[in-house]
Amino acid sequence: MLRYVLSRLLSAIPTLFLIITISFFLMRVAPGGPFDLERPLEAKVMENLNKIYNLDKSLWEQYLIYLKSVLSGDFGPSFFFRDFSINELFAQSLPISMQLGLSALALALAVGGFLGVVAALRQNKGVDYSVMAVATLGVTIPNFVVAPILTLIMGVHYGWLPVGGWGGGAFVNMVLPVVTLALPQVAVVARLTRGSMIEALRSNHVRTARAYGLSGYTVVVVHALRGAILPVVSYLGPAAAALLTGSVVIETIFGIPGIGRYFVQGALNRDYTLVMGTVVVVACFVIIFNLIVDLLYAMLDPRVRFD
Amino acid sequence: MSKINENTVLEIDNLKVDFQTNTGMVHAVKGVNIHVDSGETVAIVGESGSGKSQTMMAAMGLLAGNGITHGEVRYRGQNILGSSIRELNTIRGKKVTMIFQEPMTSLDPLYTIERQLCEPMVEHGEYSWATAKKRAVELLELVGIPEPARKVKAFPYEMSGGQRQRVMIAMALANNPDILIADEPTTALDVTTQAQILELMADLQKRLGMAVVFITHDLGIVERISDRVYVMKSGEVVEEGNTKEIFGNPQHDYTKMLLDAEPTGSKAVVPETNPIVLDAKDVRVEFETETGFLKPNHVLRAVNDISMEVREGQTLGIVGESGSGKSTLGRAVLQLLPTAGGRVVYLGNDITGASKKKMQPLRKEMQLIFQDPFGSLSPRMTVGQIITEGLLVHEPQLSAKERDLRAIQALEEVSMDPAMRNRYPHEFSGGQRQRIAIARTMILNPKLVVLDEPTSALDRTVQKQVVELLRNLQKEHGLTYLFISHDLAVVRAMSDTVMVMQKGEVVEKGLAEEIFSNPREAYTKELLAAAALKPAATAAA
Repeated sequence: MLRYVLSRLLSAIPTLFLIITISFFLMRVAPGGPFDLERPLEAKVMENLNKIYNLDKSLWEQYLIYLKSVLSGDFGPSFFFRDFSINELFAQSLPISMQLGLSALALALAVGGFLGVVAALRQNKGVDYSVMAVATLGVTIPNFVVAPILTLIMGVHYGWLPVGGWGGGAFVNMVLPVVTLALPQVAVVARLTRGSMIEALRSNHVRTARAYGLSGYTVVVVHALRGAILPVVSYLGPAAAALLTGSVVIETIFGIPGIGRYFVQGALNRDYTLVMGTVVVVACFVIIFNLIVDLLYAMLDPRVRFD
Repeated sequence: MSKINENTVLEIDNLKVDFQTNTGMVHAVKGVNIHVDSGETVAIVGESGSGKSQTMMAAMGLLAGNGITHGEVRYRGQNILGSSIRELNTIRGKKVTMIFQEPMTSLDPLYTIERQLCEPMVEHGEYSWATAKKRAVELLELVGIPEPARKVKAFPYEMSGGQRQRVMIAMALANNPDILIADEPTTALDVTTQAQILELMADLQKRLGMAVVFITHDLGIVERISDRVYVMKSGEVVEEGNTKEIFGNPQHDYTKMLLDAEPTGSKAVVPETNPIVLDAKDVRVEFETETGFLKPNHVLRAVNDISMEVREGQTLGIVGESGSGKSTLGRAVLQLLPTAGGRVVYLGNDITGASKKKMQPLRKEMQLIFQDPFGSLSPRMTVGQIITEGLLVHEPQLSAKERDLRAIQALEEVSMDPAMRNRYPHEFSGGQRQRIAIARTMILNPKLVVLDEPTSALDRTVQKQVVELLRNLQKEHGLTYLFISHDLAVVRAMSDTVMVMQKGEVVEKGLAEEIFSNPREAYTKELLAAAALKPAATAAA
């Protein structure tokens, strides 16, 4: 088990290296630089800035310098927020994004899973059709549409919830962004759960459980749901990635100081180190999440155990 | 014929089962009366689709969601059909238990044997978890699972099909039921395992005294174990009575047909002067599985130095249980699998390890027919397209019209209406599909045909027809067959010579009649005993 985790983490290194390399050079292909303002800076100032930030060196050298500093855990100074290093920015923003993302994931699993099971138990009845209709809506409407509508109703019209800001993670501030972020995932989880649950309820071992007079709870939860949840667990990896990219939009709309918002600002301002830092952190997250998913899967399904 | 009396435990009274489908109501069971007395063994016999399983499923409240029931099912006088799940659950799993046809999937793959055995004991309030765990070990011992204390911690995937069925039996016995309903419990198992499971069930019944309802299509089993028989056909009981009476003096035509369905006759002997079509010497097939980086691969020898010689017009029957390597051998001979040793000579040409290009013209003459008539026909092609597909490769000069003509001939040859060639496979029954598969082979005028369990998925009566068809085609076209099967009755009716395989080795080899009348090896004797064949003399009559 430990060996498996170690080997998985080791195999993540080349992946990360590729991600860093590709995004580093892609970023530099984009025209403009961090100090290209509308009113150009004086040549001397520009020269000094470029020198401080190593931008006067060749691209290849810059790449090596960056690689070296990332290896030592330093994401370098921010070009835009000039008094901060990237590490300092992340220390503030990463916990916020994680809180937002994990809450949304938990909400999506709880609500989506519940709806999926209910729909499966009432297959082809009214409840089933309405759950699936809502799920389809949830997938199709993008969150930059859902967010303003929810804000308009809950924040402006009724005035129940604040329309933006983080408020140090206060519950009222979290409701709208978490719900908006979770909504498409609720829909996907509900559909997945419904599908695998219907299959599980028809399976032979669930028939056995029924034939042996086991209670409804044992049949549905113990024997059907545990197997049915497996596809949902494998979806958690991509879901985590989707939540992270979704949070880029959500944090911008709701003005939440998470790393997603920095990502947008960094990209717009050609803040090379900030963008690179976000890319690396997000990549690490996706890799770690996929590992957790695989371990969770093995815990649920004895046929997939690692030695 | 026994009547309902105070000993009657289960009584099915005018039970009807309908299924609501997209194409309308399907009447699966049309008013069936069955009763089971305490301690007796009742068999319900019928072919697939006769409603025999659905009758018992309905009685236990296990129908699919679109099933509708009418009538009454009384357990000791109390009607349980249409009663609440809570009420039903006081009886099923406790007083009436079931074992199913699919041992591989009937247990939950995610829980240990222990947990699954204990659940019904605890839920029915008879045991605490601690006492149930003790009883689980005892039960495993009772059903003959070695090392029960260790095996109880195992997961289903760590057990063979036969062992899983034993676990199911243990589960069925846990609460000392009055009735055990066994729905084709041995169909998915090898013959020798089948015999062991039947023996175990008979023994347990004698010791524990519960009644057994045995649902099966296999009359051999019925004759061996049951006291009374119900014969079902298209949702109705057509005949019922004591096993001896029914087997000795069947009244209904359908019963007579079922009893007569075992493939009969044997093959005419082929002259020794016929040319040798297939001459294989010391054929060996190995499969390698990776064990890890830089470690030597694990080598599994599936076929170990097997030789055979088949003359034109002959049939070599290859018999063995699953995993014996018989299918692998068939494929290796056709060069569909690489051989690790030996040589294969086809009509004087050494084809061992021949290139794809060299094999290409020979493929036309060397054909293969598969076991699964449902999976081996492409669902998106018409029967005509399926049958003529081989011609596109081997006789590309033919025009569409000529191909169509050949398709008509081929379908006529397998006794099917040529008008069927514009239909799709799903519109046909299993037996018809196997005829289509045979037509697809015959259209290429093959010389050597490997038949890989061609009749195993078919009902007995259909099996008999397919065997006759294959024999006629062989006689007409001088075909040479390699007939792979685990079904000894069919092999006996088809083969000149028989080869018995076990774990990749030949156990015994010889003329069919000699092997069947006078087997030398213990394994062959075991197989023959398990199959319980009728003596050849009466079968041929």
